[in-house]
Amino acid sequence: MCLGIPGKIVDVWEDRGTRMAHVDFGGAVTDVCLAYLPEIEVGDYTIVHAGFALTRLDERSARETLRIFEELGMLEEELGVRRP
Amino acid sequence: MRYLDEFRDPALAKRLIDEIHRRATRSWTVMEVCGGQTHSLIRNGIDTLLEGAVDFIHGPGCPVCVTPLEMIDRALAIAARPEVAFCSFGDMLRVPGSSRDLFSVKAAGGDVRVVYSPLDSVRIAEQNPDRQVVFFGVGFETTAPANAMSVLAAKHRGLTNFSMLVSHVLVPPAMTAILTSPSNRVQAFLAAGHVCTVMGTWQYGPLVREHRVPIVVTGFEPLDLLEGVRQAVIALESGEPSLVNAYPRAVAPQGNAVAQAVLGDVFEVCDRQWRGIGMIPQSGWRLSARYGDFDAEQRFAVGDLTVAESALCHSGQVLQGLIKPHECPAFGTACTPRNPLGATMVSSEGACAAYFQFRRLDLPVLPKVVTSGA
Repeated sequence: MCLGIPGKIVDVWEDRGTRMAHVDFGGAVTDVCLAYLPEIEVGDYTIVHAGFALTRLDERSARETLRIFEELGMLEEELGVRRP
Repeated sequence: MRYLDEFRDPALAKRLIDEIHRRATRSWTVMEVCGGQTHSLIRNGIDTLLEGAVDFIHGPGCPVCVTPLEMIDRALAIAARPEVAFCSFGDMLRVPGSSRDLFSVKAAGGDVRVVYSPLDSVRIAEQNPDRQVVFFGVGFETTAPANAMSVLAAKHRGLTNFSMLVSHVLVPPAMTAILTSPSNRVQAFLAAGHVCTVMGTWQYGPLVREHRVPIVVTGFEPLDLLEGVRQAVIALESGEPSLVNAYPRAVAPQGNAVAQAVLGDVFEVCDRQWRGIGMIPQSGWRLSARYGDFDAEQRFAVGDLTVAESALCHSGQVLQGLIKPHECPAFGTACTPRNPLGATMVSSEGACAAYFQFRRLDLPVLPKVVTSGA
């Protein structure tokens, strides 16, 4: 019940005053409640638990994290240092 | 950016693994708190790739595993009542109670229904005014917002036939219990990233300072886990324990303020029994007095329950990191995911289930059956 995977918000509607969305998880689309993310929009990615979107994924942070990984060990590679 | 394949890239994984081995001057003992992370580590073989640098102890962050036995028995008793439609997340159905599980209640004619979200159970209550609909509200801080909002929805819709059997557990008190145990071996924690999407990271600062233990907020993909370990090893090698957020794309330091406000309204902190571990003070949530009308424990007097745990099952020691799953004598023989003795063998978050599914080669060798005349 605790496994949240990223999904993309494909459309948003209202159900009795509550914002709901269709979220696409790599082709599987489910109904998700947006009550906890009032500002999230179509096109954003989110993590969903038990039918509720809990956080908006931040693209800039994601790219920064990947950039750090890319740079790991670059110095050693350039200098031709062998790892033990 | 799809936030999935990018964080499973084998070339970048290799860089992170090399970097961890380069930095580690000894083998460090690290606990991943969340059972979802345990499964990702074992499925991707990260624990074996990091042998010599990190020894993983698997934490208690599996809601199915730690829901107390007496609460499972209470759920079974309520689910068996003729007027009740009992709704639950699917992974609770095979969790063994003292004498049976929710599947066997269903097989005996009980109205047990699997739902994806607790909101589905509110809808079932609306559509079936003649049924008493009970939702089994278990889980950590990740499922609590969904459960809390469903209680609010039932209240708004004026439903009198909806209630919740609440057995929520909280991560930080469990980490404190582990750190203060005399048998503690944990040198650093990977904190559960999705719990932090709700609660933020501020709860962990006092733990880092008081116990001088590094805590790294970590995601669930292979590269996320490796980055969590890398940051933990950096802190351990420096001797300067710190709180690091290695999952910033999903976790803000303050967490989700809307969710925290709703949780503070609907629930209140209480002492809680953890299956296999025992009572941890102030480690759970129950419905607050304002929502007492929705409390299934109050609505259905279940009477005296005789609670009995399997004598063969060592899941308590597994949950506390004292033994690894395959060290239990029942592992893979008397206890399998199809016929679990303990809850750790049940779910997609239980450590025993992870070892069984992804470590088949490690299973004990069964004696060969000799057929006469062969």
